[in-house]
Amino acid sequence: MNPKGSGIRWIFLLFFTPVALWLLLLLILPHVELLRMSFLKGESGAGLGVTWDNYLGFFHEPIYWTTFVRTALYSVVVTLIVLTVALPIAFYTTKIAGVKVQGFLLVLLLLPFWVSELIRVYGWMIILRESGVLSSFMLSMGLWQEPVELLYNDIVMIMGLVYTTLLFMVVPVISVMESLDDSLIEAAYDLGANKITIWRKIIIPYAMPGIMSGSIVVFMIVLGSYLTPKLMGGKNSLWFTEQIYNQFITYFNWNQGSAFGFLLLLLSSGIIWMALKLTRQKLSDVLK
Amino acid sequence: MIRSLPRSGLYRWGFRSYVTFYFFFLFAPILVTCVLAFNDSMFPSLPWKGFTLDWFFSDGPQKIGFFHDQKNLRSIFVSLKVAFSVTILSTLLGTCAAFLFEQEDFRFKNVMYFLMLAPMVIPGVILGISILMFTNTLGLFFENVFGWDVKLLRPGYWLVVLGQVSFISTFVALVVIARLRKFDRTLEEAAMNLGASRIEAIWHITLRYLRPAIIGSAAVAFLMSFENFNTTLFLVGSESTIPITLYLQVRDGSTPVINAISFILILTSSVIALANLFIARKETM
Repeated sequence: MNPKGSGIRWIFLLFFTPVALWLLLLLILPHVELLRMSFLKGESGAGLGVTWDNYLGFFHEPIYWTTFVRTALYSVVVTLIVLTVALPIAFYTTKIAGVKVQGFLLVLLLLPFWVSELIRVYGWMIILRESGVLSSFMLSMGLWQEPVELLYNDIVMIMGLVYTTLLFMVVPVISVMESLDDSLIEAAYDLGANKITIWRKIIIPYAMPGIMSGSIVVFMIVLGSYLTPKLMGGKNSLWFTEQIYNQFITYFNWNQGSAFGFLLLLLSSGIIWMALKLTRQKLSDVLK
Repeated sequence: MIRSLPRSGLYRWGFRSYVTFYFFFLFAPILVTCVLAFNDSMFPSLPWKGFTLDWFFSDGPQKIGFFHDQKNLRSIFVSLKVAFSVTILSTLLGTCAAFLFEQEDFRFKNVMYFLMLAPMVIPGVILGISILMFTNTLGLFFENVFGWDVKLLRPGYWLVVLGQVSFISTFVALVVIARLRKFDRTLEEAAMNLGASRIEAIWHITLRYLRPAIIGSAAVAFLMSFENFNTTLFLVGSESTIPITLYLQVRDGSTPVINAISFILILTSSVIALANLFIARKETM
Protein backbone atom coordinates (compact mmCIF):
# COMPACT_ATOMS: atom_id res chain seq x y z
CA MET A 1 0.00 0.00 0.00
CA ASN A 2 2.81 2.42 0.83
CA PRO A 3 5.45 2.00 -1.79
CA LYS A 4 7.21 5.31 -1.20
CA GLY A 5 7.40 5.64 2.55
CA SER A 6 7.45 9.11 4.06
CA GLY A 7 6.06 11.02 1.05
CA ILE A 8 2.91 8.97 1.19
CA ARG A 9 2.37 9.60 4.89
CA TRP A 10 2.63 13.31 4.27
CA ILE A 11 -0.12 13.09 1.65
CA PHE A 12 -2.19 11.03 4.05
CA LEU A 13 -1.91 13.77 6.68
CA LEU A 14 -2.84 16.39 4.08
CA PHE A 15 -6.15 14.58 3.56
CA PHE A 16 -6.63 13.33 7.08
CA THR A 17 -6.07 16.49 9.14
CA PRO A 18 -8.78 18.74 7.68
CA VAL A 19 -11.33 15.92 7.66
CA ALA A 20 -10.50 14.92 11.24
CA LEU A 21 -10.77 18.55 12.39
CA TRP A 22 -14.11 18.93 10.61
CA LEU A 23 -15.57 15.81 12.18
CA LEU A 24 -14.17 16.53 15.63
CA LEU A 25 -14.89 20.25 15.93
CA LEU A 26 -18.13 20.54 13.98
CA LEU A 27 -19.78 17.19 14.67
CA ILE A 28 -18.46 15.14 17.59
CA LEU A 29 -17.70 17.80 20.18
CA PRO A 30 -20.87 19.86 19.51
CA HIS A 31 -23.02 16.76 19.95
CA VAL A 32 -21.18 15.78 23.12
CA GLU A 33 -21.88 19.30 24.34
CA LEU A 34 -25.55 18.90 23.37
CA LEU A 35 -25.75 15.77 25.47
CA ARG A 36 -23.88 17.37 28.39
CA MET A 37 -26.05 20.49 28.40
CA SER A 38 -29.21 18.41 28.40
CA PHE A 39 -28.18 16.94 31.75
CA LEU A 40 -27.33 20.25 33.43
CA LYS A 41 -29.63 22.36 35.55
CA GLY A 42 -30.77 25.63 34.08
CA GLU A 43 -28.85 28.73 35.14
CA SER A 44 -31.86 29.86 37.13
CA GLY A 45 -31.88 26.58 39.08
CA ALA A 46 -30.10 26.30 42.41
CA GLY A 47 -26.48 25.47 41.65
CA LEU A 48 -25.12 23.26 38.93
CA GLY A 49 -25.13 19.51 38.75
CA VAL A 50 -26.33 16.55 36.82
CA THR A 51 -30.07 16.17 36.59
CA TRP A 52 -32.78 14.34 34.70
CA ASP A 53 -35.12 17.31 35.07
CA ASN A 54 -34.95 18.38 31.46
CA TYR A 55 -36.05 14.94 30.30
CA LEU A 56 -38.65 14.60 33.04
CA GLY A 57 -40.04 17.98 32.04
CA PHE A 58 -40.63 16.56 28.58
CA PHE A 59 -42.76 13.72 29.92
CA HIS A 60 -44.63 15.76 32.51
CA GLU A 61 -45.83 18.39 30.10
CA PRO A 62 -48.34 16.76 27.70
CA ILE A 63 -47.91 19.46 25.06
CA TYR A 64 -44.26 18.48 24.63
CA TRP A 65 -44.62 14.78 24.14
CA THR A 66 -47.84 15.02 22.13
CA THR A 67 -46.06 17.41 19.75
CA PHE A 68 -43.19 14.95 19.61
CA VAL A 69 -45.42 11.98 18.76
CA ARG A 70 -47.45 14.06 16.33
CA THR A 71 -44.32 15.22 14.51
CA ALA A 72 -43.02 11.64 14.27
CA LEU A 73 -46.33 10.26 12.94
CA TYR A 74 -46.85 13.06 10.45
CA SER A 75 -43.30 12.66 9.19
CA VAL A 76 -43.95 8.99 8.49
CA VAL A 77 -47.25 9.83 6.77
CA VAL A 78 -45.61 12.51 4.63
CA THR A 79 -42.83 10.10 3.64
CA LEU A 80 -45.40 7.49 2.55
CA ILE A 81 -47.39 10.05 0.54
CA VAL A 82 -44.23 11.33 -1.12
CA LEU A 83 -43.34 7.76 -2.05
CA THR A 84 -46.74 7.03 -3.64
CA VAL A 85 -46.71 10.33 -5.54
CA ALA A 86 -43.13 9.93 -6.74
CA LEU A 87 -43.14 6.28 -7.88
CA PRO A 88 -45.46 6.73 -10.91
CA ILE A 89 -43.60 9.88 -11.93
CA ALA A 90 -40.25 8.10 -11.79
CA PHE A 91 -41.71 5.15 -13.68
CA TYR A 92 -43.22 7.39 -16.34
CA THR A 93 -40.02 9.35 -16.94
CA THR A 94 -37.78 6.30 -17.14
CA LYS A 95 -39.98 3.66 -18.77
CA ILE A 96 -43.01 5.18 -20.52
CA ALA A 97 -42.09 8.64 -21.83
CA GLY A 98 -40.59 8.73 -25.31
CA VAL A 99 -36.81 8.72 -25.35
CA LYS A 100 -36.74 12.27 -26.75
CA VAL A 101 -38.97 13.81 -24.08
CA GLN A 102 -37.14 12.01 -21.28
CA GLY A 103 -34.28 14.48 -20.91
CA PHE A 104 -36.66 17.40 -21.06
CA LEU A 105 -38.92 15.85 -18.39
CA LEU A 106 -35.93 15.33 -16.11
CA VAL A 107 -34.90 18.96 -16.38
CA LEU A 108 -38.47 20.04 -15.70
CA LEU A 109 -38.66 17.76 -12.65
CA LEU A 110 -35.48 19.13 -11.13
CA LEU A 111 -35.86 22.80 -11.95
CA PRO A 112 -38.32 23.88 -9.20
CA PHE A 113 -36.11 22.38 -6.54
CA TRP A 114 -33.33 24.83 -7.23
CA VAL A 115 -35.71 27.44 -5.89
CA SER A 116 -35.52 27.78 -2.13
CA GLU A 117 -38.06 26.15 0.16
CA LEU A 118 -39.08 29.53 1.53
CA ILE A 119 -40.01 30.95 -1.86
CA ARG A 120 -41.99 27.86 -2.82
CA VAL A 121 -43.88 27.92 0.47
CA TYR A 122 -44.52 31.63 -0.04
CA GLY A 123 -46.00 30.79 -3.45
CA TRP A 124 -48.48 28.44 -1.81
CA MET A 125 -49.29 31.04 0.81
CA ILE A 126 -50.28 33.68 -1.71
CA ILE A 127 -52.38 31.12 -3.56
CA LEU A 128 -54.18 29.67 -0.58
CA ARG A 129 -54.68 32.41 1.96
CA GLU A 130 -58.01 34.14 2.52
CA SER A 131 -57.09 37.14 0.40
CA GLY A 132 -55.13 34.88 -1.94
CA VAL A 133 -55.21 34.04 -5.62
CA LEU A 134 -57.48 31.01 -5.41
CA SER A 135 -60.02 32.74 -3.23
CA SER A 136 -60.30 35.82 -5.43
CA PHE A 137 -60.45 33.64 -8.54
CA MET A 138 -63.33 31.59 -7.09
CA LEU A 139 -65.13 34.76 -6.01
CA SER A 140 -64.83 36.39 -9.40
CA MET A 141 -66.13 33.22 -11.04
CA GLY A 142 -69.06 33.27 -8.67
CA LEU A 143 -68.27 29.78 -7.36
CA TRP A 144 -67.72 30.92 -3.78
CA GLN A 145 -69.86 33.45 -2.00
CA GLU A 146 -67.16 34.66 0.38
CA PRO A 147 -63.38 34.29 0.73
CA VAL A 148 -62.27 31.03 2.34
CA GLU A 149 -59.12 30.61 4.43
CA LEU A 150 -57.35 27.53 3.09
CA LEU A 151 -54.08 28.00 4.93
CA TYR A 152 -53.26 27.08 8.52
CA ASN A 153 -54.59 23.54 8.78
CA ASP A 154 -52.98 20.11 8.93
CA ILE A 155 -53.97 19.00 5.44
CA VAL A 156 -52.40 22.02 3.79
CA MET A 157 -49.34 21.64 6.00
CA ILE A 158 -48.92 18.01 4.90
CA MET A 159 -49.38 19.03 1.28
CA GLY A 160 -46.69 21.68 1.74
CA LEU A 161 -44.28 19.17 3.27
CA VAL A 162 -44.95 16.71 0.43
CA TYR A 163 -44.37 19.48 -2.07
CA THR A 164 -41.07 20.61 -0.63
CA THR A 165 -39.59 17.11 -0.37
CA LEU A 166 -40.77 15.35 -3.57
CA LEU A 167 -37.47 15.81 -5.36
CA PHE A 168 -35.54 13.90 -2.72
CA MET A 169 -37.63 10.83 -3.55
CA VAL A 170 -37.94 11.31 -7.31
CA VAL A 171 -34.20 11.58 -7.97
CA PRO A 172 -32.94 8.42 -6.22
CA VAL A 173 -35.87 6.35 -7.51
CA ILE A 174 -35.29 7.53 -11.09
CA SER A 175 -31.61 6.70 -10.84
CA VAL A 176 -32.30 3.07 -9.86
CA MET A 177 -35.19 2.63 -12.28
CA GLU A 178 -33.00 3.77 -15.15
CA SER A 179 -30.90 0.68 -14.74
CA LEU A 180 -33.90 -1.68 -14.57
CA ASP A 181 -33.71 -3.84 -17.70
CA ASP A 182 -36.91 -3.56 -19.76
CA SER A 183 -36.62 -7.20 -20.74
CA LEU A 184 -37.41 -8.26 -17.16
CA ILE A 185 -40.78 -6.54 -17.42
CA GLU A 186 -41.30 -7.87 -20.95
CA ALA A 187 -40.59 -11.40 -19.82
CA ALA A 188 -43.04 -11.12 -16.93
CA TYR A 189 -45.63 -9.69 -19.28
CA ASP A 190 -45.14 -12.49 -21.82
CA LEU A 191 -45.53 -15.05 -19.07
CA GLY A 192 -48.91 -13.56 -18.22
CA ALA A 193 -48.20 -11.45 -15.13
CA ASN A 194 -50.58 -8.56 -14.58
CA LYS A 195 -49.51 -5.03 -13.71
CA ILE A 196 -49.87 -5.43 -9.97
CA THR A 197 -47.71 -8.54 -9.94
CA ILE A 198 -45.08 -6.84 -12.08
CA TRP A 199 -44.95 -3.90 -9.70
CA ARG A 200 -44.88 -6.08 -6.63
CA LYS A 201 -42.41 -8.72 -7.83
CA ILE A 202 -40.12 -6.79 -10.13
CA ILE A 203 -40.27 -3.02 -10.03
CA ILE A 204 -40.55 -2.36 -6.31
CA PRO A 205 -37.93 -4.90 -5.19
CA TYR A 206 -35.57 -3.62 -7.85
CA ALA A 207 -36.11 0.03 -6.87
CA MET A 208 -35.80 -0.70 -3.16
CA PRO A 209 -32.36 0.89 -2.61
CA GLY A 210 -33.58 4.09 -4.26
CA ILE A 211 -36.84 3.99 -2.34
CA MET A 212 -34.99 3.54 0.94
CA SER A 213 -32.51 6.33 0.36
CA GLY A 214 -35.31 8.63 -0.78
CA SER A 215 -37.45 7.74 2.23
CA ILE A 216 -34.64 8.33 4.70
CA VAL A 217 -33.75 11.71 3.29
CA VAL A 218 -37.39 12.80 2.99
CA PHE A 219 -38.20 11.63 6.49
CA MET A 220 -35.20 13.41 7.92
CA ILE A 221 -35.99 16.67 6.15
CA VAL A 222 -39.65 16.60 7.16
CA LEU A 223 -38.87 15.77 10.77
CA GLY A 224 -36.40 18.63 10.99
CA SER A 225 -38.31 21.15 8.95
CA TYR A 226 -39.32 24.41 10.50
CA LEU A 227 -40.43 26.79 7.76
CA THR A 228 -43.19 24.77 6.15
CA PRO A 229 -45.09 23.74 9.30
CA LYS A 230 -44.70 27.20 10.77
CA LEU A 231 -45.86 29.11 7.70
CA MET A 232 -48.50 26.72 6.36
CA GLY A 233 -49.72 25.10 9.57
CA GLY A 234 -49.92 28.39 11.44
CA LYS A 235 -50.31 28.62 15.19
CA ASN A 236 -51.63 25.08 15.48
CA SER A 237 -48.87 23.41 13.49
CA LEU A 238 -47.27 22.02 16.69
CA TRP A 239 -44.06 20.83 15.09
CA PHE A 240 -41.31 19.66 17.40
CA THR A 241 -38.59 21.85 15.88
CA GLU A 242 -40.73 24.80 16.91
CA GLN A 243 -40.56 23.66 20.54
CA ILE A 244 -36.78 23.54 20.27
CA TYR A 245 -36.75 26.99 18.74
CA ASN A 246 -39.00 28.32 21.50
CA GLN A 247 -36.78 26.92 24.24
CA PHE A 248 -33.69 28.46 22.70
CA ILE A 249 -34.92 31.80 21.44
CA THR A 250 -38.05 32.61 23.44
CA TYR A 251 -37.43 31.12 26.90
CA PHE A 252 -33.65 31.09 26.62
CA ASN A 253 -33.68 27.71 28.36
CA TRP A 254 -30.79 26.04 26.58
CA ASN A 255 -30.77 22.99 28.83
CA GLN A 256 -34.38 22.13 28.15
CA GLY A 257 -33.78 22.89 24.47
CA SER A 258 -30.79 20.52 24.37
CA ALA A 259 -32.86 17.74 25.90
CA PHE A 260 -35.48 18.29 23.19
CA GLY A 261 -32.78 18.36 20.53
CA PHE A 262 -31.28 15.14 21.79
CA LEU A 263 -34.68 13.46 21.86
CA LEU A 264 -35.29 14.53 18.25
CA LEU A 265 -31.90 13.13 17.31
CA LEU A 266 -32.74 9.83 19.02
CA LEU A 267 -36.08 9.71 17.26
CA SER A 268 -34.66 10.33 13.81
CA SER A 269 -31.81 7.86 14.17
CA GLY A 270 -34.14 5.31 15.78
CA ILE A 271 -36.68 5.38 12.97
CA ILE A 272 -34.01 5.34 10.28
CA TRP A 273 -32.27 2.42 11.98
CA MET A 274 -35.57 0.51 12.13
CA ALA A 275 -36.31 1.19 8.47
CA LEU A 276 -32.85 -0.03 7.50
CA LYS A 277 -33.23 -3.20 9.60
CA LEU A 278 -36.68 -3.93 8.17
CA THR A 279 -35.44 -3.68 4.60
CA ARG A 280 -32.02 -5.18 5.35
CA GLN A 281 -30.03 -2.27 3.94
CA LYS A 282 -26.91 -0.45 5.10
CA LEU A 283 -26.71 3.29 5.67
CA SER A 284 -23.52 3.60 3.63
CA ASP A 285 -25.15 1.85 0.66
CA VAL A 286 -28.31 3.85 0.90
CA LEU A 287 -26.60 7.24 0.94
CA LYS A 288 -24.57 6.74 -2.21
CA MET B 1 -46.89 -1.48 -19.56
CA ILE B 2 -43.68 0.08 -20.85
CA ARG B 3 -42.57 1.58 -24.16
CA SER B 4 -42.05 -1.75 -25.87
CA LEU B 5 -45.29 -3.36 -24.69
CA PRO B 6 -48.86 -2.72 -25.82
CA ARG B 7 -50.68 -0.25 -23.63
CA SER B 8 -54.39 0.35 -23.37
CA GLY B 9 -55.77 3.81 -24.12
CA LEU B 10 -56.99 4.25 -20.58
CA TYR B 11 -53.58 3.38 -19.16
CA ARG B 12 -51.82 5.88 -21.36
CA TRP B 13 -54.44 8.56 -20.75
CA GLY B 14 -54.32 7.99 -17.01
CA PHE B 15 -50.57 8.32 -16.86
CA ARG B 16 -50.53 11.42 -19.04
CA SER B 17 -53.09 13.27 -16.95
CA TYR B 18 -51.29 12.29 -13.77
CA VAL B 19 -48.01 13.64 -15.07
CA THR B 20 -49.69 16.83 -16.30
CA PHE B 21 -51.31 17.36 -12.94
CA TYR B 22 -48.00 16.70 -11.20
CA PHE B 23 -46.22 19.37 -13.22
CA PHE B 24 -49.04 21.80 -12.66
CA PHE B 25 -48.72 21.19 -8.92
CA LEU B 26 -44.96 21.60 -9.17
CA PHE B 27 -44.95 24.91 -11.02
CA ALA B 28 -48.14 26.64 -9.84
CA PRO B 29 -46.70 28.40 -6.76
CA ILE B 30 -43.56 29.44 -8.61
CA LEU B 31 -45.45 30.89 -11.56
CA VAL B 32 -47.92 32.71 -9.33
CA THR B 33 -45.05 34.24 -7.33
CA CYS B 34 -43.33 35.44 -10.49
CA VAL B 35 -46.45 36.85 -12.15
CA LEU B 36 -47.53 38.80 -9.07
CA ALA B 37 -44.13 40.52 -8.95
CA PHE B 38 -45.40 42.61 -11.87
CA ASN B 39 -48.86 43.41 -10.49
CA ASP B 40 -49.50 47.09 -9.81
CA SER B 41 -51.01 46.47 -6.37
CA MET B 42 -49.92 47.00 -2.78
CA PHE B 43 -50.59 43.33 -1.92
CA PRO B 44 -49.22 40.15 -3.46
CA SER B 45 -52.67 39.06 -4.57
CA LEU B 46 -55.30 39.32 -7.29
CA PRO B 47 -57.11 41.23 -8.81
CA TRP B 48 -54.70 42.14 -11.57
CA LYS B 49 -54.30 45.91 -11.60
CA GLY B 50 -51.97 46.24 -14.53
CA PHE B 51 -48.32 45.61 -15.34
CA THR B 52 -45.63 47.49 -13.46
CA LEU B 53 -41.93 47.31 -12.75
CA ASP B 54 -42.33 49.38 -9.57
CA TRP B 55 -41.55 46.43 -7.31
CA PHE B 56 -38.11 46.34 -8.85
CA PHE B 57 -37.22 49.97 -9.50
CA SER B 58 -39.52 52.33 -7.61
CA ASP B 59 -37.78 54.37 -4.90
CA GLY B 60 -40.76 55.24 -2.74
CA PRO B 61 -42.40 56.87 -0.97
CA GLN B 62 -45.36 54.50 -1.31
CA LYS B 63 -43.70 51.62 -3.09
CA ILE B 64 -40.11 50.66 -2.43
CA GLY B 65 -38.77 48.46 -5.18
CA PHE B 66 -36.17 45.76 -4.66
CA PHE B 67 -33.23 47.83 -5.92
CA HIS B 68 -33.97 50.49 -3.30
CA ASP B 69 -34.78 48.12 -0.46
CA GLN B 70 -31.66 48.51 1.69
CA LYS B 71 -32.50 45.80 4.20
CA ASN B 72 -33.05 43.07 1.66
CA LEU B 73 -30.12 44.14 -0.47
CA ARG B 74 -27.85 43.99 2.55
CA SER B 75 -29.10 40.50 3.43
CA ILE B 76 -28.50 39.27 -0.09
CA PHE B 77 -24.97 40.61 0.12
CA VAL B 78 -24.43 38.80 3.46
CA SER B 79 -25.81 35.58 1.97
CA LEU B 80 -23.49 35.87 -1.02
CA LYS B 81 -20.50 36.36 1.27
CA VAL B 82 -21.49 33.38 3.41
CA ALA B 83 -22.15 31.19 0.38
CA PHE B 84 -18.78 32.13 -1.10
CA SER B 85 -16.82 31.08 2.01
CA VAL B 86 -18.94 27.97 2.50
CA THR B 87 -18.41 26.88 -1.10
CA ILE B 88 -14.64 27.20 -0.87
CA LEU B 89 -14.33 25.51 2.52
CA SER B 90 -16.74 22.68 1.87
CA THR B 91 -15.35 21.96 -1.59
CA LEU B 92 -11.85 21.67 -0.09
CA LEU B 93 -13.03 19.53 2.84
CA GLY B 94 -15.28 17.34 0.69
CA THR B 95 -12.52 16.70 -1.84
CA CYS B 96 -10.02 15.86 0.92
CA ALA B 97 -12.56 13.47 2.42
CA ALA B 98 -13.14 11.83 -0.96
CA PHE B 99 -9.42 11.13 -1.40
CA LEU B 100 -9.09 10.03 2.21
CA PHE B 101 -11.90 7.48 2.05
CA GLU B 102 -11.30 6.28 -1.51
CA GLN B 103 -7.51 6.14 -1.72
CA GLU B 104 -6.16 5.75 1.80
CA ASP B 105 -6.36 2.98 4.34
CA PHE B 106 -6.18 3.50 8.07
CA ARG B 107 -7.56 2.29 11.37
CA PHE B 108 -11.12 3.33 12.22
CA LYS B 109 -11.74 4.23 8.58
CA ASN B 110 -15.26 2.80 8.73
CA VAL B 111 -16.09 4.64 11.92
CA MET B 112 -14.89 7.88 10.41
CA TYR B 113 -16.78 7.28 7.19
CA PHE B 114 -19.93 6.65 9.18
CA LEU B 115 -19.37 9.88 11.13
CA MET B 116 -18.92 11.78 7.90
CA LEU B 117 -22.29 10.47 6.65
CA ALA B 118 -24.03 11.48 9.89
CA PRO B 119 -24.90 15.07 8.86
CA MET B 120 -27.14 13.62 6.15
CA VAL B 121 -29.39 12.18 8.84
CA ILE B 122 -29.05 14.85 11.53
CA PRO B 123 -31.76 17.51 11.34
CA GLY B 124 -30.30 20.94 10.52
CA VAL B 125 -31.85 22.45 13.63
CA ILE B 126 -29.80 20.10 15.81
CA LEU B 127 -26.56 20.89 13.98
CA GLY B 128 -27.34 24.55 14.58
CA ILE B 129 -28.02 24.31 18.30
CA SER B 130 -25.18 21.94 19.09
CA ILE B 131 -22.63 24.11 17.28
CA LEU B 132 -24.08 27.17 19.01
CA MET B 133 -23.69 25.59 22.45
CA PHE B 134 -20.25 24.17 21.76
CA THR B 135 -18.84 27.50 20.57
CA ASN B 136 -20.56 29.29 23.42
CA THR B 137 -18.96 26.99 26.00
CA LEU B 138 -15.61 27.30 24.26
CA GLY B 139 -15.94 31.09 24.21
CA LEU B 140 -16.75 31.17 27.93
CA PHE B 141 -13.78 28.93 28.61
CA PHE B 142 -11.37 31.22 26.74
CA GLU B 143 -12.81 34.24 28.48
CA ASN B 144 -12.63 32.76 31.99
CA VAL B 145 -9.27 31.08 31.71
CA PHE B 146 -7.26 33.39 29.45
CA GLY B 147 -9.38 36.51 29.48
CA TRP B 148 -9.65 36.39 25.67
CA ASP B 149 -12.75 37.56 23.91
CA VAL B 150 -12.90 35.38 20.81
CA LYS B 151 -15.25 37.07 18.32
CA LEU B 152 -15.17 34.03 16.07
CA LEU B 153 -17.07 32.00 18.64
CA ARG B 154 -20.00 34.40 18.89
CA PRO B 155 -23.06 34.09 16.66
CA GLY B 156 -22.23 35.86 13.42
CA TYR B 157 -20.66 35.48 10.03
CA TRP B 158 -18.08 32.79 10.77
CA LEU B 159 -20.37 30.72 12.93
CA VAL B 160 -22.94 30.63 10.14
CA VAL B 161 -20.20 29.59 7.73
CA LEU B 162 -18.96 26.82 10.03
CA GLY B 163 -22.48 25.56 10.72
CA GLN B 164 -23.22 25.25 7.03
CA VAL B 165 -19.83 23.75 6.21
CA SER B 166 -20.49 20.97 8.73
CA PHE B 167 -23.10 19.34 6.49
CA ILE B 168 -22.49 20.78 3.01
CA SER B 169 -19.01 19.20 3.01
CA THR B 170 -20.64 15.78 3.35
CA PHE B 171 -22.68 16.47 0.26
CA VAL B 172 -19.59 17.48 -1.73
CA ALA B 173 -17.70 14.43 -0.46
CA LEU B 174 -20.45 12.04 -1.59
CA VAL B 175 -20.54 13.52 -5.10
CA VAL B 176 -16.75 13.51 -5.47
CA ILE B 177 -16.46 9.97 -4.04
CA ALA B 178 -18.98 8.72 -6.61
CA ARG B 179 -16.82 10.12 -9.40
CA LEU B 180 -13.53 9.01 -7.88
CA ARG B 181 -14.81 5.43 -7.77
CA LYS B 182 -14.92 5.39 -11.55
CA PHE B 183 -11.35 6.65 -11.83
CA ASP B 184 -8.80 4.26 -13.25
CA ARG B 185 -5.95 4.36 -10.73
CA THR B 186 -3.45 2.90 -13.17
CA LEU B 187 -3.37 6.39 -14.71
CA GLU B 188 -1.95 7.72 -11.44
CA GLU B 189 0.50 4.83 -11.24
CA ALA B 190 1.64 5.44 -14.80
CA ALA B 191 2.34 9.08 -14.00
CA MET B 192 4.28 8.05 -10.91
CA ASN B 193 6.27 5.46 -12.85
CA LEU B 194 7.20 8.22 -15.25
CA GLY B 195 8.65 10.18 -12.36
CA ALA B 196 5.78 12.28 -11.04
CA SER B 197 5.37 12.56 -7.30
CA ARG B 198 2.01 11.55 -5.85
CA ILE B 199 1.05 15.20 -5.42
CA GLU B 200 1.90 15.91 -9.05
CA ALA B 201 -0.06 12.88 -10.20
CA ILE B 202 -3.09 13.98 -8.20
CA TRP B 203 -2.79 17.57 -9.35
CA HIS B 204 -2.33 16.89 -13.06
CA ILE B 205 -4.40 13.75 -13.50
CA THR B 206 -6.85 12.88 -10.76
CA LEU B 207 -8.05 16.41 -10.04
CA ARG B 208 -8.44 17.08 -13.74
CA TYR B 209 -10.58 13.97 -14.00
CA LEU B 210 -12.65 15.05 -10.98
CA ARG B 211 -13.15 18.61 -12.21
CA PRO B 212 -16.75 18.25 -13.48
CA ALA B 213 -17.84 16.63 -10.19
CA ILE B 214 -16.07 19.30 -8.14
CA ILE B 215 -17.52 22.19 -10.13
CA GLY B 216 -20.99 20.65 -10.07
CA SER B 217 -20.96 20.01 -6.35
CA ALA B 218 -19.52 23.48 -5.69
CA ALA B 219 -22.47 25.01 -7.55
CA VAL B 220 -24.93 22.98 -5.49
CA ALA B 221 -22.99 23.80 -2.30
CA PHE B 222 -23.31 27.49 -3.12
CA LEU B 223 -27.04 27.17 -3.55
CA MET B 224 -27.49 25.01 -0.45
CA SER B 225 -25.68 27.64 1.57
CA PHE B 226 -27.56 30.53 0.01
CA GLU B 227 -30.90 28.94 0.84
CA ASN B 228 -30.11 27.44 4.22
CA PHE B 229 -32.50 28.37 6.97
CA ASN B 230 -32.63 25.70 9.69
CA THR B 231 -28.99 25.67 10.74
CA THR B 232 -28.40 29.37 10.09
CA LEU B 233 -31.34 30.45 12.24
CA PHE B 234 -29.48 29.68 15.46
CA LEU B 235 -26.05 30.91 14.46
CA VAL B 236 -26.90 34.20 12.86
CA GLY B 237 -25.75 37.40 14.56
CA SER B 238 -26.76 40.95 13.76
CA GLU B 239 -26.27 40.47 10.01
CA SER B 240 -29.00 38.14 8.85
CA THR B 241 -28.93 36.18 5.63
CA ILE B 242 -31.63 36.56 3.01
CA PRO B 243 -33.70 33.44 3.91
CA ILE B 244 -34.05 34.75 7.46
CA THR B 245 -34.90 38.32 6.44
CA LEU B 246 -37.40 36.99 3.91
CA TYR B 247 -38.92 34.60 6.43
CA LEU B 248 -39.74 37.42 8.83
CA GLN B 249 -41.35 39.42 6.02
CA VAL B 250 -43.36 36.44 4.76
CA ARG B 251 -44.55 35.62 8.24
CA ASP B 252 -45.65 39.15 9.06
CA GLY B 253 -46.96 39.98 5.60
CA SER B 254 -45.34 42.36 3.16
CA THR B 255 -45.68 44.09 -0.17
CA PRO B 256 -45.00 42.36 -3.51
CA VAL B 257 -41.35 43.33 -3.14
CA ILE B 258 -40.91 39.76 -1.86
CA ASN B 259 -42.25 38.55 -5.19
CA ALA B 260 -39.72 40.73 -6.98
CA ILE B 261 -36.87 39.28 -4.89
CA SER B 262 -38.22 35.76 -5.43
CA PHE B 263 -38.42 36.40 -9.17
CA ILE B 264 -34.77 37.43 -9.28
CA LEU B 265 -33.67 34.49 -7.12
CA ILE B 266 -35.72 32.02 -9.19
CA LEU B 267 -34.23 33.39 -12.39
CA THR B 268 -30.68 33.20 -11.04
CA SER B 269 -31.00 29.69 -9.66
CA SER B 270 -32.61 28.44 -12.87
CA VAL B 271 -29.65 29.78 -14.82
CA ILE B 272 -27.22 28.06 -12.41
CA ALA B 273 -29.28 24.86 -12.64
CA LEU B 274 -29.24 24.84 -16.43
CA ALA B 275 -25.54 25.67 -16.57
CA ASN B 276 -24.85 22.87 -14.13
CA LEU B 277 -26.88 20.47 -16.23
CA PHE B 278 -25.02 21.53 -19.33
CA ILE B 279 -21.68 20.81 -17.65
CA ALA B 280 -22.96 17.42 -16.48
CA ARG B 281 -24.10 16.62 -20.05
CA LYS B 282 -20.71 17.46 -21.48
CA GLU B 283 -19.03 15.29 -18.89
CA THR B 284 -21.02 12.16 -19.77
CA MET B 285 -20.60 12.64 -23.52
